[in-house]
Amino acid sequence: MRYSAWKIFKEGLTGNKGWTPAWREPEPKAEYDIVIVGGGGHGLSTAYYLAKEFGEKNVAVVEKGWLGSGNIGRNTTIIRSNYLLEGNQPFYEFSLKLWEGLEQDFNYNAMVSQRGILNLIHSDPQRDAFVRRGNAMRLSGADAEILGPAEIRKMCPFLDYDNARFPIQGAIWQPRGGTVRHDAVAWGYARGADARGVDIIQNCEVTGFLMENGTCTGVETAKGTIRAKKVAVCVAGSSSRVMEKAGMRLPIESHVLQAFVSEGLKPVIPGVITFGAGHFYVSQSDKGGLVFGGDIDGYNTYAQRGNLPVVEDVCEGGMAIMPMIGRARLLRMWGGVMDMSMDGSPFIDKTHIEGLYFNGGWCYGGFKATPASGYCYAHLLATDRPHDTAQHYRLDRFRRGAPIDEKGQGAQPNLH
Amino acid sequence: MIIDHPLLGPRDAAEFVYKGDASLIHRPDGMTATDDEMHDYVYLRDNPAGEHRELWYHEQGDRSWLVVTRNTLTHEISKVELARDVARAEGRGQ
Repeated sequence: MRYSAWKIFKEGLTGNKGWTPAWREPEPKAEYDIVIVGGGGHGLSTAYYLAKEFGEKNVAVVEKGWLGSGNIGRNTTIIRSNYLLEGNQPFYEFSLKLWEGLEQDFNYNAMVSQRGILNLIHSDPQRDAFVRRGNAMRLSGADAEILGPAEIRKMCPFLDYDNARFPIQGAIWQPRGGTVRHDAVAWGYARGADARGVDIIQNCEVTGFLMENGTCTGVETAKGTIRAKKVAVCVAGSSSRVMEKAGMRLPIESHVLQAFVSEGLKPVIPGVITFGAGHFYVSQSDKGGLVFGGDIDGYNTYAQRGNLPVVEDVCEGGMAIMPMIGRARLLRMWGGVMDMSMDGSPFIDKTHIEGLYFNGGWCYGGFKATPASGYCYAHLLATDRPHDTAQHYRLDRFRRGAPIDEKGQGAQPNLH
Repeated sequence: MIIDHPLLGPRDAAEFVYKGDASLIHRPDGMTATDDEMHDYVYLRDNPAGEHRELWYHEQGDRSWLVVTRNTLTHEISKVELARDVARAEGRGQ
């Protein structure tokens, strides 16, 4: 069924009796060409692009919980392409371009809103660094402008410009950045994949991999054995737990990132704003809540909840740039488990085991990557060659001395 | 989280810096280790869900390094030792 304004109008006049479920709930077949492990944003977008762009018809997605029950529904919904390094920036710009055409492409309202992202500058060296970053962004075809305080004042009069410790001296502004309704991304991809014949199997935990002569030939699941020519793991947050079943150790630690929403307020924050002297980012949802977050808690954890010191740190960051948020009450807070990699960058690669593929290590930047991650993973699965924009996301890059370390922190995952 | 420091008693975890898996104590000898051994030591982790032995550095305190045994599913801490004692018992730092 194709969604349209006409369809809504027609259904409104006929008692809304013509709507059908957005996807089927099939039982698994005995064998598929490709089985994707993990029905989150990246897994579902991989399935969608496999079916739509690469003509793969015999694909299943197996998901432990319900569709989109992981980080696709736990993030702060920001999209942007403001990276520095050549291993990253073309990939994220490709992702932003896919976001721009996504709703027409999969015929689903994901509320893609390019309201702009403003990264604040608080010192001269930071301006130099951001000018450099802006140039890298423009070289990749993305948009970036350096703004002065007068221009920011027009956009955001509420910021604390003359703060004694963190005066706002400018910002790097990416107008094409913004926010997206995150759950709708999962639903849109699921519906699009299902319509093209992909079986989405929920409540079906993968308990092991089927190995024959060193080749991965399927998965053991809660609903029995499913054979596959290729198995594509896509379970960021739980990557180490799943890949351990294939005997692999990964360059990844699991950490919790907390997110916060205030009570609903009238429109006050125009786009996405990030603090340059601490870690704090904020946007306002279409329901009115201020959606914000900051650093990860910094210790290994699989619990989807964090601790109070980070709550305090995040709120201090908010108070430092926009004291007005001290008047808003915190409505909800939660945590999501991140694959924190050794250089802060992800992996989209074949493993050393024939037939087994891996996508993970998204740190806390996975949401914005959802379309490109799926597209590039689908490209790899269908052609056995990495997509041009994802060719640096290899599992062996540390061995080759080619990490993609945006912050230059080294192999200390909680610093990325 | 509260870490029960063996010398100082219960301390807020915010006083500490987290330094990762306690197996990092076992650094291979850089002069003799193979590239693979060094790569695996520096970059690969078990990252278990459940009991995890890990290094915490008491930066805002007595600057000691601790080995904390903590459950990564519940955050419950079951054991705290001085990293020095652990390393010596395992034959390092002679």
